Amino acid sequence: MPSLPPTPSHTVGPFYGYALPFPGGGDIAPAGHPDALTLHGYVYDGAGEPVPDAIVEFWQAGPDGSLAGAPGSMRRDPVTGGFLGRNGVDFTGFGRVPTDADGHYTVRTLPPGAPSPVPYISVCVFARGLTHHLFTRAYLADGPDALLASLAPERRATLIALPEPDRDRTHRFDIRLQGEEETVFLDFG
Amino acid sequence: MTPPPPLTQSDIDGEIAGIRTGYEKARAAGAPAAHHPPRDFPPYRSSLLRHPKQPLVAVDGDPEAVELSGPVFGHTDVTELDHDLTRQHAGRSARRAHHRLRAAARQRGPAERGQLVELWQANASGRYAHQRDQHPAPLDPNFTGVGRVLTGDDGSYSFTTIKPGAYPWRNHENAWRPAHIHFSLFGSAFTQRLVTQMYFPGDPLFAYDPILQSVTDEAARARLVAAYDHSLSRPEQSLGYRWDIVLDGPSATWIEEGR
Ligand SMILES: [Fe+2]
Repeated sequence: MPSLPPTPSHTVGPFYGYALPFPGGGDIAPAGHPDALTLHGYVYDGAGEPVPDAIVEFWQAGPDGSLAGAPGSMRRDPVTGGFLGRNGVDFTGFGRVPTDADGHYTVRTLPPGAPSPVPYISVCVFARGLTHHLFTRAYLADGPDALLASLAPERRATLIALPEPDRDRTHRFDIRLQGEEETVFLDFG
Repeated sequence: MTPPPPLTQSDIDGEIAGIRTGYEKARAAGAPAAHHPPRDFPPYRSSLLRHPKQPLVAVDGDPEAVELSGPVFGHTDVTELDHDLTRQHAGRSARRAHHRLRAAARQRGPAERGQLVELWQANASGRYAHQRDQHPAPLDPNFTGVGRVLTGDDGSYSFTTIKPGAYPWRNHENAWRPAHIHFSLFGSAFTQRLVTQMYFPGDPLFAYDPILQSVTDEAARARLVAAYDHSLSRPEQSLGYRWDIVLDGPSATWIEEGR
């Protein structure tokens, strides 16, 4: 089969806000689930300023380790055309949240299970000024992992979303697009 | 201190030409074609502080990588009206003409079936339904400019919409974006995620636009421009355009099939 050249990427621009975000985009865990955890943080630019117009996507294994996902992240109401939220039963594994005016995002999800020995959530960042999205990973713990092992300690630290001591089941993951403590971004080829 | 003179189109043109000359020299010396724009593209001023300076870290050869799979969507995630942006309100949207976009999405191998395609765009006057868009062109109460559809078994998608207007922005003095439609696509793996923009053929603003020109490879740039297709036009109704999208990046199924 011939390999076709790919369609080039472009920036998401500044005006996706009425199109891409959807209600409940950060509510990956069913409401009230006892195992739910919160992942949150800020997106910063190279001057250390928060980025208020980034949009961040999340993809992960289910608590059982399954990577099959499920439809319904953007479940719709056929009567009004509005968004209903996930059905509360299926784990879709997908989240999408814009940063707020402070450059902050929050998702609530369930801890990913195997196959990875160290659980991580895959993160994809889009923003005005970013011509091509950036992939990174939020590891919910440090541990034996091929990617983490390949990184110098200060670079490795940018991928670890440690639990916050003063908050219940809450992990902090800041994303620095450029400069000091720049987040490790990934290339999948 | 006197403020610096405003950045002009010819300043931007000079920067773009310099980057292109460098790229063409590298190509002549045997460098591979760059299908995607560099993240560091100074003529697009917003890229200056928003691109990493460290090289990306390659993750290859890990068949367990979570990114080789991806989110799935289904018919619960779209409604009947999502693919026709001209029918989402009671009245008729202001327009010069309706346009029918029809084409296919595929990965570098097989067609992508059942995948979510999202689009958003300005209205016919070049105004987005977004509070921060302060371009003094009118909003259209009968046009929002958001569409969603799932690809068919052959990877095809189809939207009916209006042609968006060109609009001004503040990258430099007298900067105008050519008419374009923003697209977001999912493939069978998260690695294949694509957000991009589609253009209409023959737009005189192409050469002046640092966003389109951020794709330095000429053949790659051409792949962002839809083709007029008379067989897709409908009498008294709409003009037809065809725009095929090819997703990049490995996926679990693709690797199993031997690439
Ligand atoms: Fe735009």
